Amino acid sequence: MLAGMVTVLSSACLFLGAFLLISGAVGVLRFPDFFTRMHAAGVTETLATTLILLGLMLLAGWSILSFKLLLILLFILITSPVASHALTKAALHGNLQPLVDENNEQ
Amino acid sequence: MLVASAVAILVVMVMAIVRALLGPTIYDRILAVNLFGTKTVLLIAVIGFLFGRPDFLDIALVYALINFISIVGVLRYFEYSRSDEEGGRL
Amino acid sequence: MKHCLSLAFVLMVLWLGNSGYYSPLLLSLGAFSVVFAVWVSHRMDVVDHESQPLHLSGHISFFYCWLVGKIILSNIDVVKRIWLGNKSISPCVARLPLSQKTDMGKVIYANSITLTPGTVSMDIEGATVLVHALTAENIAELKDGEMNRRVADLEL
Repeated sequence: MLAGMVTVLSSACLFLGAFLLISGAVGVLRFPDFFTRMHAAGVTETLATTLILLGLMLLAGWSILSFKLLLILLFILITSPVASHALTKAALHGNLQPLVDENNEQ
Repeated sequence: MLVASAVAILVVMVMAIVRALLGPTIYDRILAVNLFGTKTVLLIAVIGFLFGRPDFLDIALVYALINFISIVGVLRYFEYSRSDEEGGRL
Repeated sequence: MKHCLSLAFVLMVLWLGNSGYYSPLLLSLGAFSVVFAVWVSHRMDVVDHESQPLHLSGHISFFYCWLVGKIILSNIDVVKRIWLGNKSISPCVARLPLSQKTDMGKVIYANSITLTPGTVSMDIEGATVLVHALTAENIAELKDGEMNRRVADLEL
């Protein structure tokens, strides 16, 4: 009974994660400029990664594998904002101007 | 469901490669390569479970480390070695 | 000294969690590696309150719980806008004030902004942070300053 519930829960996590991954990739292809694409990539790097690794953790149960998956998750969550920030900062220094909606001009 | 998510991750990786090829700026390409790298980590983890080879998780962990360091290294290189007139088009 | 001990503890947990073999030989190799790594980092002078922020560890778990909720909500919003297409977004850039006093607080705030999809911190200059957002509402929400206040509270 409990094992069945865990399987269903992990399948749900994996499915939602896969959907969010595809959405993020569609956003990376679809959005008009570099800075907006970063937001789409952010979706795949936070919630989608968490959900996929959570689904795998539920499959693994209480073992050393869950600990390793948790380490991978923590590592991705810590490094992805650092990489994003390095990327935006390099783009700013490279004189890449962000596309700004006319209604929001200050 | 493991197979489905492995296929979804592969589709996402193909889309990342398309964005890396389309560009248009160097930063779009680096963003796409970063996306490709983090999805590779997930793919290795999922495939480890799919084929019953949990040792693959160690490889995924090491790949995450190498991916982060290589992205930061490439960014450092492009931040200081490119003339400003190009506006990032490469 | 307490920073060295906390680094040694973290490294030990990492070794035990990743190895999975608990024979005397491997455990002694692990102990040797931990002592060596702590000694090298101590020599490099990188073991201090910045690399081991012990003074934050009490309150930061509550902040992270709040942040996870925030991340889920903004993820849903961004995914909705991805499928609605380019007409639903209105990218904008704004300069927001920082009320954190320490570098650590500023880094936590900027990283939280970046970690939430829909907003990316681009640059920090003095006491302001330059933020790029997917929609004007995202900027308005940050301007309300709830996240800013919560991170500033962490420093006390």
